[in-house]
Amino acid sequence: MKTYIAQRLGIAVLTLFGMSVVIFILLRLAPGDIVDVLFSAAGYVNPEEKQAILRELGLDKPYWQQYVDWLRQIFSGDLGKSYRYDLPAWQIIKPLVPVTVELAILSTIVSVLLGVPAGIVSAIRQDSTLDYVMRVVSLAGLSMPSFWLGMVIILALVSWLAWIPPLIYVSPRENLWLHAVQFLLPALAVGYRSSALIMRITRSSMLEVLREDYIRTAWAKGQNERAVVWRHALKNAVLPVVTVIGIEFAFLIGGLVVTETVFNLPGVARFLVEAILWRDYPVVQNLVMFIAIVVILSNLAVDLLYGVLDPRVRYAS
Amino acid sequence: MAVRPVGAEIELTAPARSVSRASMVTTLARFVRKKPLGAAGGALMLVILLTAVFADVLQTHDPIATEAAATLARPGDDHWLGTDHLGRDIYSRIVHGARVSLMVGTGSTLLGSVLGGVIGLLSGYAGGKTDLIAQRLLDILQGLPLLVLALVMAASLGPSVPNVIVAISIPIVPRAARVIRASVLSIREMQYIEAAQALGLRHLRIAFRHVLPNTVGPFIVLCTAQLGAAILTEAALSFLGLGVPEPYPSWGRMLSVSAAEYAQKAPHLVLFPGIAISLAVFGANLFGDALRDTLDPRLRGA
Repeated sequence: MKTYIAQRLGIAVLTLFGMSVVIFILLRLAPGDIVDVLFSAAGYVNPEEKQAILRELGLDKPYWQQYVDWLRQIFSGDLGKSYRYDLPAWQIIKPLVPVTVELAILSTIVSVLLGVPAGIVSAIRQDSTLDYVMRVVSLAGLSMPSFWLGMVIILALVSWLAWIPPLIYVSPRENLWLHAVQFLLPALAVGYRSSALIMRITRSSMLEVLREDYIRTAWAKGQNERAVVWRHALKNAVLPVVTVIGIEFAFLIGGLVVTETVFNLPGVARFLVEAILWRDYPVVQNLVMFIAIVVILSNLAVDLLYGVLDPRVRYAS
Repeated sequence: MAVRPVGAEIELTAPARSVSRASMVTTLARFVRKKPLGAAGGALMLVILLTAVFADVLQTHDPIATEAAATLARPGDDHWLGTDHLGRDIYSRIVHGARVSLMVGTGSTLLGSVLGGVIGLLSGYAGGKTDLIAQRLLDILQGLPLLVLALVMAASLGPSVPNVIVAISIPIVPRAARVIRASVLSIREMQYIEAAQALGLRHLRIAFRHVLPNTVGPFIVLCTAQLGAAILTEAALSFLGLGVPEPYPSWGRMLSVSAAEYAQKAPHLVLFPGIAISLAVFGANLFGDALRDTLDPRLRGA
């Protein structure tokens, strides 16, 4: 077990390093830098001024030196200054993180609550009308752009219930009810999409397990459907589902990018878009690293959970 | 007597079956009967493809012509699906948007899948250290959510149609490589590959001539699966303003935040482009699912 954990940790660290390089390179590919954006309104940049600003921001150093500086900064806990706001990047990002985390957790809960039961029911009643309907509905969920779903939800609420959902962020301390409602809607929009994937994996995993010999033995012994499904099939089917839930949690962030924009929530994802548009290197770098860390951590958690749930994995390596 | 290299003339893959028109029709009929949903998806895709091809014929107005007098008009006789906040005909924009979405969607899917497929093929066939290193590199690329990576790429490269295609194809590469590599790993152990190696054929030749054709099934499934994601990603990028630039009409940009402001007064602004996107992706997903069920029965039930 210890070697398993150590292996996974080592790979995670290496992957993180690799990602930092990739992110760094990708951002430097961008034509134009922050100075061009800042002066784009004026239309003309005095080359001397531009050089002065670049020197102040450290952008005139060779790339590899910028990269080393960045790494050194991260290790010392300093996440750099934002070019746009002239404030420490961490100070800007800090209040945004809880919003995104809360949204991600809520969306995951919604997706599991919707997806897993649907998948189980669909598997038990395979090829029935219910199964077909559920599969079409879940596929529709995968096909709709999540930001559009958010917009349609808001539109429906406004048109049919004549009620405007709170579109300016309300913290839980101010008004818990309003805050809950404000987060429920985007969680539903994103969660519906994730639930489609979870439903399909649950369904296929259950179907596979239900064909196993030990299930057939249980039927032969005369056990009723509830015992067979709940006590025997579900426990074995849940493994791939856990993996997908873990992966989906990390990838939710992609969906949150657009959803936060639609629902006007001040989260990390929406801020990422703005920062990219502004070529605000430090902010973008750190945000993407943050996302990468979240992804790697959740993959790690899933791997470890796998080790706990399935003893065969533990002793294989 | 000259000695000709034996490997050059021996056909190790089965000769292609002759495909007569009658057998194609029967295969199609069987597909429609067994997988009605998949056939429906395929039909949907065909409709969208035809719309894209014949966009110039199907339009009623110039998609980029603004009409200050008729902004936010409701769907009616003159403008079938209404007009947007600049007076542009929504129906014509949707029809032309199909062209953009399909071009970007298929372009990026093919680019990403082919690139990823070749990498997966070579990496899987070579095995050993090369495989390990390649897999780690691909893991890194795959570590970021699709949209985030596409966002950064699109912002880096700048707004233009080829750049958007490249930006969306990059996240597809590691996913494609993984799928192809998995199938290559199992094909590699087959006896006919062993025979080819024993005959002394060069590895590159074996990889492309004998292993590759047998990965076509998973490759097609992969492409159709990624097509839906590619179309959605293009819509999201355009929605955020980093997708295809003006004047190309894009379904995603029609839904952008500036349009959403008018949504209350004119819901048709928001509904129709979104329905278009959903239908396109839905069709791709249905078709892809049915295709996968047919080509690889072991995966049935997903």
